[in-house]
Amino acid sequence: MHHYLCQNHGEKMVYLTRVEHFNAAHKLYNPEWTTEKNDEVFGKCANENWHGHNYELYVTVKGTPSAETGFVFDAKRLSILIKENVLEKIDHKNLNVDVDFMEGKFCSTENLAIGIWNQLQPLLPDYISLHCIKLYETPRIYVEYFGDNL
Amino acid sequence: MSKRVAVFRREHFNAAHRLFQKTWSEEENKNTFGKCSLPNYHGHNYELEIKVIGEVDINTGFVMDMKKLSDIVKENVLEKFDHKNLNLDTDEFKNLNPTAENIAIVIYNLLRPGIREDLELFIRLYETPRNYVEYPVQ
Repeated sequence: MHHYLCQNHGEKMVYLTRVEHFNAAHKLYNPEWTTEKNDEVFGKCANENWHGHNYELYVTVKGTPSAETGFVFDAKRLSILIKENVLEKIDHKNLNVDVDFMEGKFCSTENLAIGIWNQLQPLLPDYISLHCIKLYETPRIYVEYFGDNL
Repeated sequence: MSKRVAVFRREHFNAAHRLFQKTWSEEENKNTFGKCSLPNYHGHNYELEIKVIGEVDINTGFVMDMKKLSDIVKENVLEKFDHKNLNLDTDEFKNLNPTAENIAIVIYNLLRPGIREDLELFIRLYETPRNYVEYPVQ
């Protein structure tokens, strides 16, 4: 029903973004390399006892406002989806050790953004699409992932 | 007569930590510190504001040379804490819970000897954009 209503108003595409935040420990480290090689490539980020960040997460979905509600998607529902499927797994955690969807991956901000995309994308209803995961590691470093949209 | 002015220097560092009182049970730690006591650590981007108050020097026009202040902060604070695990990698928090309050007090004590005695020193430390502490309290 939602889908049908959206199709009637399909000409007005809007981006909706929900901002969330979490903090976590991590390190950048390739286990196949020597300590020297890791230090050379990752510098202080390879510190064996971890360091950490306050991450800011921007989740942007794309769709047309419903004729009934005026919403692209209920922002509260989007917030709950992010909380249950992303934040509960990574907030106040160690990304290298505690997070199932990062297992076997390098915990760079790039890979974390892709991991978050893969967590959320299958859960969204078909009348909206995931447009972008934007992830700030510090106020001055961030990445954007657009899935297959780019 | 010279006028008193406050000058500020902002720095930042990031670090891992966990809040944990060794003498308490896991249960007590969990009840008091919640997610902050999880065993594998978490982390923050800390923003540090250093305020120095004093009279403007007639010859230089400075309260304090900001480059010198920056060097003192880098040598005494950032090199110790940046990209480190506060619980494991620092002497200061071997036996002290690395709360924002305690980190601010430690930073004050690390910086105070490098700053002229007639200058007042104040520390503001942001643990997250929404949580910050100040020391000392006037």
